[in-house]
Amino acid sequence: MSGWRTQSGWAVDRNQSLSFTFDGKTIPAMAGDTVASALLASGNRIVGRGFKYHRPRGFWGAGSEEPNGIADVQGTQHRPNVQMTLEPATEGLRLRSINGHPTAEHDRMAFLDRFARFIPAAFYYKTFMLPDWHLFEPRIRAMAGLGRLDPAAQGFGPSAPVNATCDVLVVGAGPAGLAAARAEAKAGRKVILCDEGALPGGSLLFRPARINGQEGRDWAAAVVGELRALGVRVLSRTTAFGRYDHGLTGLAEAQANGAAPRIWRIRATETILAAGAIERSLPFANNDLPGVMSAEAGLHYLSRFGVAVGRRVVIATTNGSAYDTARALHEVGAVVTLLDLRGGAEAGKHPFRVITGQPIETALGRRQVEAVRLASGERLDADTVLVSGGHTPSVHLYSQAQGKLRWDDGVQAFLPGAPVAGLRVIGAAAGVYDLARILPGQGVEAAAHGGTLALWPRPRAKGRIWLDLQNDVTAKDVELAHRENLTSVEHLKRYTTLGMANDQGKTSNLPGLALMAELTGRSIPETGTTTYRPPFTPVPLASFAGLRSGQLMNPVRRLPLEAEHRADGALFREYGGWLRPAWYGTGGETAEVQREARAARQGVGLFDGSPLGKIEVIGPDAAKFLDFIYYNTMSTLKPGRCRYGFVLTEGGAVFDDGVLVRLEENRFVVSCSSSHVQGMALLLEEWRQDSFDRSRVVIHDTTANYATLTVTGPKSRDLLQAVGFGTLDDLPHMALSYGQFEGDEVRITRVSFTGDRSYELSIRADRALGLWRRLKDAGRAFDAVLLGGEALMILRAEKGYIVVGKDTDGRTRPMDLGVRGPFEKRKGEYLGRRSLHLPAVAAQARDLVGLESLTPLPLPAGAHVVETVAGKRRSRGFVTTSHYSPNLNRPIAMGLLEGGNTRMGEIVTLYHLGHEVQARVAPVCALDPEGRLLDA
Amino acid sequence: MQLFPCPFCGPRPETEFHFGGDAGNTRPDAAASDSDWTNYLFFKHNRKGPTREIWMHLTCREVFLMARDTVSHEVSATEALGGEA
Repeated sequence: MSGWRTQSGWAVDRNQSLSFTFDGKTIPAMAGDTVASALLASGNRIVGRGFKYHRPRGFWGAGSEEPNGIADVQGTQHRPNVQMTLEPATEGLRLRSINGHPTAEHDRMAFLDRFARFIPAAFYYKTFMLPDWHLFEPRIRAMAGLGRLDPAAQGFGPSAPVNATCDVLVVGAGPAGLAAARAEAKAGRKVILCDEGALPGGSLLFRPARINGQEGRDWAAAVVGELRALGVRVLSRTTAFGRYDHGLTGLAEAQANGAAPRIWRIRATETILAAGAIERSLPFANNDLPGVMSAEAGLHYLSRFGVAVGRRVVIATTNGSAYDTARALHEVGAVVTLLDLRGGAEAGKHPFRVITGQPIETALGRRQVEAVRLASGERLDADTVLVSGGHTPSVHLYSQAQGKLRWDDGVQAFLPGAPVAGLRVIGAAAGVYDLARILPGQGVEAAAHGGTLALWPRPRAKGRIWLDLQNDVTAKDVELAHRENLTSVEHLKRYTTLGMANDQGKTSNLPGLALMAELTGRSIPETGTTTYRPPFTPVPLASFAGLRSGQLMNPVRRLPLEAEHRADGALFREYGGWLRPAWYGTGGETAEVQREARAARQGVGLFDGSPLGKIEVIGPDAAKFLDFIYYNTMSTLKPGRCRYGFVLTEGGAVFDDGVLVRLEENRFVVSCSSSHVQGMALLLEEWRQDSFDRSRVVIHDTTANYATLTVTGPKSRDLLQAVGFGTLDDLPHMALSYGQFEGDEVRITRVSFTGDRSYELSIRADRALGLWRRLKDAGRAFDAVLLGGEALMILRAEKGYIVVGKDTDGRTRPMDLGVRGPFEKRKGEYLGRRSLHLPAVAAQARDLVGLESLTPLPLPAGAHVVETVAGKRRSRGFVTTSHYSPNLNRPIAMGLLEGGNTRMGEIVTLYHLGHEVQARVAPVCALDPEGRLLDA
Repeated sequence: MQLFPCPFCGPRPETEFHFGGDAGNTRPDAAASDSDWTNYLFFKHNRKGPTREIWMHLTCREVFLMARDTVSHEVSATEALGGEA
């Protein structure tokens, strides 16, 4: 027992007690406590275990710099790796320490520390090499790692991110940030102020100061009131975690009720960085013992929460800031000895003992600190050692904004150098520690910080001097890295893992690189720092995901007739981003799909083809433009007619296929594949603007404006006539007509993706339901069947009709699909033409062919034809489409095969998942090669 | 996330834009040699520092020229290709 609760502490409510559990132990707390302050108040010292050696660890700090005090919040709203210094104590909270097996207090892995000298930095890299690292990885992973996930726990609830703009974003609500926010708001600017703490005020919340006669924290509260009155948004428990391009700052705002921290993406004309500074430790042996803490944290716990962290306290400092801590602890009755390492004449001027110029050589104690021995040999008994090795300004956002840091000898830290546009760094973050300089002319009474003595880890020191408490890196590890010539800071970091834990080296980086500077005979600025990267503190991925999970992860597009299809028993699947009926009925996929495909060929099938592309190309140059876009000549198409064609990439591969309809002389509809509409619209727009007179041709995507209902099968014309479209007798294949349905125009094109006589009816989407119902009603007399996407795939495969991207890949040319005419004969330029004539492209050609199974079973789609070519076994092609055809009563398949057209009738061997099957090369069209069904 | 100024819509987040290629990568005429054609298709300058590039603003579908710096990410100018804006 060491910490205790005093009568002071303005932030806790003594009348409101509560309790939570830590490693199963009940911990009393008061409203206003953090988990850390309550644990310290009840004398709990060991709150975690070291990552690697499992040494006992206690709290070091009181804020987001905390490397040791991390725990998993258990329960249904499980949260791993929570910093207990920032977590408010709430009734019923259940916490589990990290790295403790089973608990921090009693860790059966603690024996590892006795073997520490055998497991230095990079021990794993050197040891677990033979036969294979993966043999050892599972056990080592189980031992390493911070928090553990509870498999049964729910994740975070969703939080919608917020995008905001303002004139000025102020990061940090300490004295500098508050004053700056007030000045900007008073000047009429729109200001957002954020702070990671639960309360604005920064150091004023715990450090004694008077401003214009007011207590520091009262001044802070008054300023916050002013800011709110001026319309400033003040965000608490909100960490600015990263600075991105063009003035974007990312903030994470903690949420109650189990929701993920909310992301704020703030674009500010100017950002003021007032993030403060983080206290550093001092280099002495065993400086990781529980009870060794930041001097500032000791003051913080005492004045804010009324928690004295010890009774016999040694305070060691390289600057003036720790005197506040010494005075405060002395006043509540602790026995304080202050070691002012700067020397000087402070001894005898204070009510507590001051020793000057005597650094600590080692801390003594087994499970927590019991005494210290000074360089002079003097032993001082102590239950607590508070240290201040100076402060490291939090310049992370400045550095992330490409700001160049400069070294400052006075404060022994890297400070912002040349200004960065749109970013101003002020206060302690800029190395200005004295309140009187931060708030000039405001009647400040506060102790001076003074200069900081340079006191860094030295080579060949006795004992183990800890640098990185979270990743268990000691000074000896840095020396090892130096001996092995890993002297650049980036190598040092990766080899020793210094600063690579989730605290990102807030307290450890600078001492580590100062030691490396010493070892290599360079100065600290010559040694440099590692790159600062976001996030400043860990942000859950759930925060970035925001609402994009489940159905909103990648929202599907929906048909206007979806509800009707559901009522008809459709099972839906996603096709190219659209949610569409796959089949209808409850008889199982195979049976229903085969039924639909058979019935559609015998009578009539109704298919909702609404996602089919309907991109209009309009203008006097439309025909010229489409001649360039298409592989096929399109300007010769007569108004009222349709033509099938390919669009190629500039590299000569088939990008899309589809029907082009010429509505009028200067108006066309590009009826591209459902899943390619957006890509086609982009391609058309790019070439229109690149190579054509934009005033003479325009692109207009009307895909979503119309529903397209397909009627296919030998009885399709009869059904349409029964519905009232009586003028179709003379309509030839690939021609256009118009009809009327309840006052709306219906565009009818006679085109076919099934090989049967087919009509596509396009009607404005909001009137499609009436037409669809009429088709269904009238269809009963013709045994009409509702067709899902799966049956349509069988119907088109029977005919050898392709789906681009399924039966083609990124190197399939139109000639490979049997369409050679334009390649050989066409005059004039078109997209991709030149690439078709490259010898390298022709050399790797594969033909699309049919493949007949030699058994009654369909061939495996994706199976490869592997053959020996020039002594090497390699793939010569693969199966792209495979089905069982209910109309041929046999399996059908298509595939891409090198030289396929010259191998008709040959038997090829297919390899699939370790099995071989044989197939006969055949023409792609398996059903009705003469095309009689089109006019049946 | 960068902000790109569309000449028609003003500054918008970069996710609204589609990269079109280096400015001045002119499509060779029909008689181009194989090497000229493949250079046009596949050779990208990937310049470090100031570049001139073609971008499309996906929400308004307008293609424009953007001069920017690939190191500092500073956008120095954008220009509508048809001279409309």
